[in-house]
Amino acid sequence: MAKAYTPGLTVSARVRYRARRLLPLTGRITVKVGDRVAATDVVAQTDLEGDITPMKMSNLLSCAPRDVPGLLLKPVGSAIAKDEPIAQSKGIFGMMKVTVKASAAGTIESASESTGMVMIRGAAQPVQVRAFTSGRVVEVLGSEGAVIENDVALVQGIFGIGGEAYGPIAVGCARPDERLEASSIRSEHAGCILIGGARMTIEAIRRAIEVGVAAIVSGGIDDADLKALLGHDLGVAITGSEKVGITLVVTEGFGDIAMAARTHDLLTSHIGHTASVNGATQIRAGVMRPEIVVPLADEATGDAHAGGGATAGELSIGTPVRVIRDPWFGALGTVASLPEQPAVLGSGSKARVLEVALADGQRVTVPRANVELIAE
Amino acid sequence: MRKAPSRIKVVVATDCGSTTTKAILIECVDGVYRQTHRAEAPTTVEAPFADVTLGVTNAVTELQELSGRRLVNDDGTILRRTSDDAADGCDAYISTSSAGGGLQMMVAGVVKEMTAESAKRAALGAGAIVMDTIASNDRRRPHEQVQRIRELRPDMVLISGGTDGGDTKKVTELAELIAPAKPRPRFGGEYSLPIIFAGNRDARPAIERTFAAGGFDLKVVDNLRPTLERENLGPARETIHDVFLEHVMAHAPGYDRLIAWADAPIMPTPGAVGDILQAIAKGRGINVVGVDIGGATTDVFSVFDGSFNRTVSANLGMSYSISNVCAEAGMDSVLRWVHLDMDERELRNRVKNKMIRPTTIPQTHEALVFEQAVSREALRLAYVQHKAFATELKGVQQQRTVGDAFSQQEGGRSLVSGMKLDLLVASGGVLSHAPRMEQTASMLIDAFEPEGFTELAKDSIFMMPHLGVLATVHERAAMEVFERDCLVMLGTCIAPAGTAVAGKPVMRWSARWEGGSAEGTLMGQEMKLLRIGARANVEVMPERGFDVGAGPGVAVKREVRGGSVGLILDGRGRPLAVPSGAEGRRLVASWAKALELHPD
Repeated sequence: MAKAYTPGLTVSARVRYRARRLLPLTGRITVKVGDRVAATDVVAQTDLEGDITPMKMSNLLSCAPRDVPGLLLKPVGSAIAKDEPIAQSKGIFGMMKVTVKASAAGTIESASESTGMVMIRGAAQPVQVRAFTSGRVVEVLGSEGAVIENDVALVQGIFGIGGEAYGPIAVGCARPDERLEASSIRSEHAGCILIGGARMTIEAIRRAIEVGVAAIVSGGIDDADLKALLGHDLGVAITGSEKVGITLVVTEGFGDIAMAARTHDLLTSHIGHTASVNGATQIRAGVMRPEIVVPLADEATGDAHAGGGATAGELSIGTPVRVIRDPWFGALGTVASLPEQPAVLGSGSKARVLEVALADGQRVTVPRANVELIAE
Repeated sequence: MRKAPSRIKVVVATDCGSTTTKAILIECVDGVYRQTHRAEAPTTVEAPFADVTLGVTNAVTELQELSGRRLVNDDGTILRRTSDDAADGCDAYISTSSAGGGLQMMVAGVVKEMTAESAKRAALGAGAIVMDTIASNDRRRPHEQVQRIRELRPDMVLISGGTDGGDTKKVTELAELIAPAKPRPRFGGEYSLPIIFAGNRDARPAIERTFAAGGFDLKVVDNLRPTLERENLGPARETIHDVFLEHVMAHAPGYDRLIAWADAPIMPTPGAVGDILQAIAKGRGINVVGVDIGGATTDVFSVFDGSFNRTVSANLGMSYSISNVCAEAGMDSVLRWVHLDMDERELRNRVKNKMIRPTTIPQTHEALVFEQAVSREALRLAYVQHKAFATELKGVQQQRTVGDAFSQQEGGRSLVSGMKLDLLVASGGVLSHAPRMEQTASMLIDAFEPEGFTELAKDSIFMMPHLGVLATVHERAAMEVFERDCLVMLGTCIAPAGTAVAGKPVMRWSARWEGGSAEGTLMGQEMKLLRIGARANVEVMPERGFDVGAGPGVAVKREVRGGSVGLILDGRGRPLAVPSGAEGRRLVASWAKALELHPD
């Protein structure tokens, strides 16, 4: 018989975490297996080839394309400064020569006899990859990156924006069902990973940016607030490159929704501990969820968990689950029964369902597709 | 060795999607080809399996269990029949694939509306996702184009430009932008990026010099626009398929084995769908539109007067892209299809929650109504994009009269015509899995606004990709399965084109079918459903100003096909205008009631 697997997000007090840190192309690895690294240490770096600036030289010199290579003042391969003369026309009897200045700094890469185009390659752009979490280097991936391992407390969010952020954990909301308001954010939260409760308001986010909070982790966010923050409506959930001055992670979803108590308890038990947060989310093939990683002081063995991935587990009676679609969106409970036969839903569709015993004592029937495991 | 078509009686076909590998068994029963069994298994392209053939073997094993016919060898390969009367095995195995994100291409052409558009048409027709189209006049400055090329990670690049014997400079300039930008392929540093050049033949030496440096694998094919008046997409399309097999598939885990198993080249899934729709349009002499709405994208295919076009609307879909549909269409446009009271702020949050948890399904009636409203807008927008793309060739010199000068559109005229459309085929979760067939028909009519007489059908298990490849090995088998098992006929829609006014007559009609008949007058903004069984003879007499295909006010008498829904008479006029506010809600509710969309 087929097994029912359902996705879930990890909320774990201790897990062996592996951060696979990769360069966008091959480069130099600055660590070796066995090294101990801090979260912000550079583990790999490379140079991206500089930008190309094309110049339509035959037009600029009013000459035939085939004449362009002979009119360059410096040979192909030479360095050139911005506004430095790069080519000069022959003029008429040596008079009225036109001199063209380089429109960018870099190296003259080519001069085409076919089109009269000259390409200037800009300076290489250094790219560095940090360790993301403190720990030990357990593998070097050729010249592409390294794997860092540590025992950590790990929370996967459902959605986030903004890139990697680091800082000590501070608490903005003492209870998981408390809304994160601007009044909860104080100047001493600068540089912190701030743990909220239920929905984070736009006023709280703006206040946090003003104060210099590194990241906010809370239960929910209103779509209208997200739109106001980004300046546009988010069309697809591929995030991480936003430049709004803060990293945001929501653990449950959109709307007024409290953080799961277990998540809140875990995060607030690490007040003052340094954490790493990545808001990058990609909900497509190769799903990526945002993460909050808190390295633990003492190393111990635990189950290996590769960073960035989602988990899946088997549904069985008693499994803790969260309902992830209306009309019971956000409700927590345990699996009470798993009927074999598909059932007709209120929508009229037929689907495989399960019964969930909700925390408030209600027993509800929901499609199996509409629950997620609360995985550890 | 592939068998002759006359000896092919049992076919196994698979479609390896991003998440599911679907297998079907086709058998010749009493001289007619039928799809007899279907099965599916998770696709195994990603780690930890990293071998697509595992998923294929699993799906075919399930097919074997369901059919009772042994189809898989002990080593997991597909079992072939040893003789024409052997009870086990198959005569042909074929497959399509869209796993790992399908085929992703960048195209370039000199003039956006001419060679670049032809290049895009070639790539889309071959089943690719076009990541970007670079053109000399795309309004981006050269350094912006270079930056964009660097950001993309295409599987291959198609370059066109210039008519044969024409200017070579512009197309060489394009190549000179692409070569130093060094677009990084998806499959890592070892992969030589295939470049297909299908432009001015006189530019070939310069193009060869430009890509002579390492890192590229240049293929030169015939110009896809040899003259402004003619497109020649065949050679470029074939080379795209070859490169897809040789390079892209060869780098995907397990595909070398899958290619060896198959009796026909493995095709990109949408390319195969396009092929079967073209074969059907040609075989029946009709104009067809097909749509496949997925979670992330919506594909629209059309064949009008023999011209095939395909578009992919990359961010119009029902889960990953649902938020984008609402953003692009506007929430007001979505909500005009909803007859229930809903709170907009709450709906916005629900849309985002669907986006971040894309596998959830509507549980309540209200959630279903909203989701189907979103789908109408996703389909409508995708069709608008398709109509704008599927045009006559642009840049062709035309003789114009003074009258034309006032009505002439900027580009070529769209080939897509609501009145000329004969058959509209739907596939994709929200259409295929709607609880009631009436809902599928209603979504199609509202989004595509067919005019005159149009048959509506759905491909309930998305069998078209399999049949597209089957057509390459056994065309008759593909046609027979398409007609008998692939399509589920919903019925026919009769929609007079013209401006409808509520309460004023649009047309008089009469219909006779086996066991029943009816007649009446269809009023403006009225919809009517007749359960006619398989077929009916109808006669319609449109009012002055309304056209059902023979001209304004001209009567039409013909046979129509019914189906699981029946005959739908649509008196709302074209183009469709849905009033906003309470009046709109009242009308939408009346249409839902007339078409029996929801149980009482």
